[in-house]
Amino acid sequence: MTKVSMTVNGRAVSAEAEGRTLLVNYLREGLGLTGTHVGCDTSQCGACVVHVDGQAVKSCTVFAQDVAGADVRTIEGMANADGSLSTLQQAFQDHHGLQCGYCTPGMVMSSAALLAENPKPTEAEVRYHLEGNICRCTGYHNIVKAVLAASGQDVTKIAAE
Amino acid sequence: MHNFDFVKPSTIADAAQALSHEGAQALSGGQTLIPTMKQRLAAPATLVSLTAIPEMQGVCLGDGGLHIGAATPHAVVAREAKAHYPALAALAGGIGDPAVRNRGTIGGSLANNDPAACYPSAVLASGATVVTNTRKIAADDYFQGLFSTALHDGEIITSIVFPIPEKAAYVKFDQPASRFALTGVFVAKYAGGVRVAVTGASQDGVFRWKDAEAALSADFSPAAIKGLAMESGTMIHDLHGTQAYRANLVKVLTGRAVAAALA
Repeated sequence: MTKVSMTVNGRAVSAEAEGRTLLVNYLREGLGLTGTHVGCDTSQCGACVVHVDGQAVKSCTVFAQDVAGADVRTIEGMANADGSLSTLQQAFQDHHGLQCGYCTPGMVMSSAALLAENPKPTEAEVRYHLEGNICRCTGYHNIVKAVLAASGQDVTKIAAE
Repeated sequence: MHNFDFVKPSTIADAAQALSHEGAQALSGGQTLIPTMKQRLAAPATLVSLTAIPEMQGVCLGDGGLHIGAATPHAVVAREAKAHYPALAALAGGIGDPAVRNRGTIGGSLANNDPAACYPSAVLASGATVVTNTRKIAADDYFQGLFSTALHDGEIITSIVFPIPEKAAYVKFDQPASRFALTGVFVAKYAGGVRVAVTGASQDGVFRWKDAEAALSADFSPAAIKGLAMESGTMIHDLHGTQAYRANLVKVLTGRAVAAALA
C-alpha cells in the first residue's frame, strides 16, 4: 500500500492505494465519494466518468497511483457553492434526463466536459460526445435535451419521447 | 486483478531500466491493458507508466514529417494534428469515445497491435517510422500479425514519424458495441504512389492492399478499383460478418476513402 494524494473537488486528499487500486475505488472506498458509479467495470458504460485535470476519463480504467497529484472532479463537486444544483444538473431534472439515475453521474460529467470545450453543441454533437455513456432507461432523448437546454438553447420544439 | 508494483519514471532511460526487470510491463493509457488485467489475461509484476515522460508527449513538425510522441493521447492528436495531417487527426478523433481518447495513446495502440485498431492502418498507409528507445522501425517491418510487432521485450516506442501525404482519408465501418473497426481502410497518396492499409478485416492483422495501391497510383479515383476483388480467404469470420462480407467491405471502404481524400 502506498499513500496516494491528489486534489478532489478542490480539497487536498490522501488515502492508501495498492498498485491495482482503480481511481473509482480510490474515490468510493478510500474517500467515501460514492457518487461515482461502477456500471460495467469494462470501460464501456461511462457511469464512472470523472474529470482528471479537466479531462473526462473512465475512472474504472485508470489506476489511482497513475493520477497521483492530479486535480480530480467528481459528481460531488458539480453543485453550486450554496448546495443548489448546477445549471446542467438542474436541466437533467427539468427535462427528465434520468430515470433510475445510475448512469447520471457519468452523463453529467461527460456533458460538462463537452460544454466546457463546446458551449453550444448541436444535437448531433451531443449524441456523438455521449457515445461512451450508456443509459438503459431514458432512450437518451431527454438526456440530449437536458444538455442542449443547459447550453442555453431553446428546446421547446424538441418533443418529449 | 492481481496486484503489482507501480512505477512512474520521468525519463526514457529510467523507463527502459524499469522494464528490463523480469515481469515488468509498460503501461501507457491503459485503455486496453487495464481491462485485460481485470480479466487476468495479463498479470505483470510491475507496471511502468510511460505517461509522465515529457519527451514522449506532443505533436510537432520535424524531419521527415509529423512527429507524434508515443504517449500522446488520441484527443490531443485529434486536436493538434488537424492542421498538418487532417486524415490522421480524424482517425484519432474517431477512436473509442471521448473519455477513452483522453487516456488512450498512439504508442499503446501500436505496441498492442489489435487487429481491429485504427492507428495501425494510418502508420502502415503513411509508411511511417516507429521510433523506439533503441532504433527506428519502418512501418512495413513493424506489424507482424495479430498482437505481434517487431518490438523486443522491454523496448519502448518513443515517437512515430508520419510523412505527410498529398491527400489521404480513413474510413471506418464501426463495430457499434466496441467502436473498433469492423473494417477500416486508410488511403494515402504520396508523390511516389498510393498506399492502402486495411485494419479489422484480416486474420493476420493490418495489411496493405497492393492491387489497389497499383491501380490507385495509376488513377487516383474510386473508379480505378472497380475491377478489383479482395481475396476473402484470409478475412476474419465472426458473428459480426462473414469473410465475404469483410472482403466486400474492404473494397467498398477503399472506394469511399479515395472519394473522401478527393473531396
